[in-house]
Amino acid sequence: MKLTLWTYEGPPHIGAMRVATGMKGLHYVLHAPQGDTYADLLFTMIERRNARPPVSYTTFQARDLGSDTATLFKTTCQDAVDRFAPEALIVGASCTAELIQDDPAGLASAMGLKVPVIALDLPSYQRKENFGADETFLQIVRALAKPMPRSEAITCNLLGATGLGFRHRDDVVEVTSLLAQMGIAVNVCAPLGARPSDIARMGAAHFNVLLYPETGESAARQCEKALSQPYTKTVPIGVGATRAFIAEVAKLTGLSPKVDESRLRLPWWSASVDSTYLTGKRVFLFGDATHVMAAARIARDEVGFEVVGMGCFNREFARPMRAMAKDYGLEALITDDYLEVEAAIQALAPELILGTQMERHIGKRLGIPCAVISAPVHVQDFPARFSPQMGFEGANVIFDTWVHPLVMGLEEHLLTMFREDFEFHDDAGASHHGGAAMARPVAEIQPAAPAAAAEAGSMPAEAAPPVVAEAVHPDPATIVWLSDAETELKKIPFFVRGKARRNTERFAAEKGLTRISIDTLYEAKAHYAR
Amino acid sequence: MTIQPPATGCRDVPVLKERGQREVFCGLTGIIWLHRKMQDAFFLVVGSRTCAHLLQSAAGVMIFAEPRFGTAILEEKDLAGLADANTELDREVARLLSRRPDIRQLFLVGSCPSEVIKLDLHRAAERLSALHAPHVRVLNFTGSGIETTFTQGEDACLAAMVPALAPTQARELLLVGALPDVVEDQALALLSAMGIGPVRCLPSRRADDAPAVGPNTVFALTQPFLGSTHEALTRRGARHIPAPFPFGEEGTTLWLRAVAKEFGVSDATFDAVTAAPRARAIKAIASQADTLNGKTLFMFPDSQLEPPLARFLTRECGMVALEVGTPYLHRDILGPDLDLLAKGPVISEGQDVDRQLDRARAARPDLTVCGLGLANPLEAEGLTTKWAIELVFTPVHFYEQAGDLAALFARPLRRRALLNASKLEAAE
Repeated sequence: MKLTLWTYEGPPHIGAMRVATGMKGLHYVLHAPQGDTYADLLFTMIERRNARPPVSYTTFQARDLGSDTATLFKTTCQDAVDRFAPEALIVGASCTAELIQDDPAGLASAMGLKVPVIALDLPSYQRKENFGADETFLQIVRALAKPMPRSEAITCNLLGATGLGFRHRDDVVEVTSLLAQMGIAVNVCAPLGARPSDIARMGAAHFNVLLYPETGESAARQCEKALSQPYTKTVPIGVGATRAFIAEVAKLTGLSPKVDESRLRLPWWSASVDSTYLTGKRVFLFGDATHVMAAARIARDEVGFEVVGMGCFNREFARPMRAMAKDYGLEALITDDYLEVEAAIQALAPELILGTQMERHIGKRLGIPCAVISAPVHVQDFPARFSPQMGFEGANVIFDTWVHPLVMGLEEHLLTMFREDFEFHDDAGASHHGGAAMARPVAEIQPAAPAAAAEAGSMPAEAAPPVVAEAVHPDPATIVWLSDAETELKKIPFFVRGKARRNTERFAAEKGLTRISIDTLYEAKAHYAR
Repeated sequence: MTIQPPATGCRDVPVLKERGQREVFCGLTGIIWLHRKMQDAFFLVVGSRTCAHLLQSAAGVMIFAEPRFGTAILEEKDLAGLADANTELDREVARLLSRRPDIRQLFLVGSCPSEVIKLDLHRAAERLSALHAPHVRVLNFTGSGIETTFTQGEDACLAAMVPALAPTQARELLLVGALPDVVEDQALALLSAMGIGPVRCLPSRRADDAPAVGPNTVFALTQPFLGSTHEALTRRGARHIPAPFPFGEEGTTLWLRAVAKEFGVSDATFDAVTAAPRARAIKAIASQADTLNGKTLFMFPDSQLEPPLARFLTRECGMVALEVGTPYLHRDILGPDLDLLAKGPVISEGQDVDRQLDRARAARPDLTVCGLGLANPLEAEGLTTKWAIELVFTPVHFYEQAGDLAALFARPLRRRALLNASKLEAAE
């Protein structure tokens, strides 16, 4: 057993739902107890879908367990086929039904239904949501896609976009337009928007574009084997990656890698002088491996940040993630425990977090700016406006999104210069974040008397450690800030104050000091100056 | 003014009982509001990743405020042998309690997976209680989907607490049901102004203030979904005061009147205490009733609040009920409300969601009350919806909330009129 509050991924049958909901003309019969329909509202609320997900739940209750849950399952299959007339049926069990061992596959295939039945075996107690999506898509492709003559013109399939995917809707549009500029049409985009009859046509494409390895890689490998279609290995997120992707496609097809870059603005925005202050900003990255690896490249090579930490929650991609982190001189954090992520962020004290909804909350708690780069996400990250992550427009979107939470360049300097100003001080936050600037009461601006500061400071008197013989290396947690040093620390702009506090405490501990004075603060500043 | 019930109510109307696919939450969802109410309780679900995912989806941003609930996720190795599962559970509980010394009550909450593998959480609770006494009491209830629907999770939780309540001979009033603090305080103030006391609440805000119960206890339910709790209290000798539920001006007045009668409060006192808040409630409802008057209403089953809310919406806001669905109809508890609900609507219990959707589409109601899985799809079909879960998460009981309650139903109708007036075409 593992005590869990927050989970980055749902159970695997949620992944299967993402495939079914992304597609059309496919129906999912899920052997599940009452209550598992909660998953419907992920699609109807977070993604704002205007139709119910194509899922029928058997909804067994306690009184059914003694009798015949298998019959209930068969009835549900028959009702779903009669009512929704799907082109194909996928059947499987949720975590509870896995325990009652009704064998949905055997039951459904014995029914002689008029449509293809694809059975899913999703081990709920070992695997998670992304696996569920990847495996479901693989089984659908395996069952329905057959070799066939190639299309006359060069076409490709787009693989991996699903329901409830982070920016999948607009990524598909952006990549489709990139390929069109090269003269390549999309044969089938799947699962998103495809019907089972479209899956059957996948063999006509010359190659596959793997948009999201998390949810499409197994199907891409299957197509490589069964349909002899090569697939792209580069995910086109970021300017460099998009150009590399275009080069890869050109190599696969023999077509020219010429595409229109006239609307690409990230390189100039990043080169312009207002962006100078972004140089070396310390950034921490977390999310699914694909988005984190793409973001790391953008952060370091295209925006000029320093990547100080990176990791992912999906163990399936631990190996490439670790390899890339090594290139960046880091050790990858592979975990699905948000407390570990929080601890890592706290220890590193980055100036910007790029992560999931979860990291957004961690950032809020620690007072660190954050932008979202990966699922899981909330409703605001399924926006009405066009907001891809992929391709050249994706690069523009990413630049704006990442820079917005930071204090603007000039303002950062003004805050440093006028940090004691009674109206323009850092507690008011950044001007473009709509924080109401509070004028400080005059009394607060006076340097605090040492005694008053001790009362109001971060170390209440009764919590102060008793004076003992000084250890060679005191624990930073037991170090006392003298009141004038505490006041001086407050003059440091808020977005670097945490780092200054930690550096000073580490410096003091190394020097064997138990008290921090103003001098200690500035000695530490000089010591850590790069 | 005395309130006239209709010539014939719905108490004996035949109920349409349906079985099939249900679009409802399981009882685990009750944890979301119960843990806010009980300030020193922790709810530990023993379940699967699905359970954790459900709580996360339902709790939204609360997950990040150090909530007092969590899921012990079963792994492969827990399914292999039961003895091991108990050891695992003990270890996780010990770790949890050492990390959170402020916890005084720990609920082990059963789920579908834990019930199917027959993990005996009742015995685990007894064992852990002995281990962590006297500081922490460990109780157990089930919030599984195979046993409970949505608000029945609260019922199961409170019913599990009743046997452990201290005995008493005192004649005390017990208010049963978790209400928002602001609403609970209003109810207590009204009762106290009539001279009724002492009044205790179940659940209490802290473990130390838990009520006692005995043969002289009388209790009033503030929520309709408390059948098992009602039964457990009756077994301890307490007596129920039947009344309609305190929604709207009429519901609140009748509920208070039933309690006042039990305690021999004079009409003069009752009127003096209630006159002003009654007038306020009537005024607040009137400002919303224009929008609701004459509009038809269709309620999908969700929380068991549907029959009393239908009573409020038809009698106080002038709506016309077409179908009132409820996951479970407890006739004795809901009798007073059903008596007041005029004949006409289909009363349905349980659900076959596709059939019920067919009925709703055929009826084309002006307002459909349903869950979040159905709301947007029905809006896209041109029906106006009010999502039901808000009725459980928002203060809606008693006089001061009567206007807010009516507004919850009026707002979607006003919004549709507003957007129709500006002829916006929605994109796919």
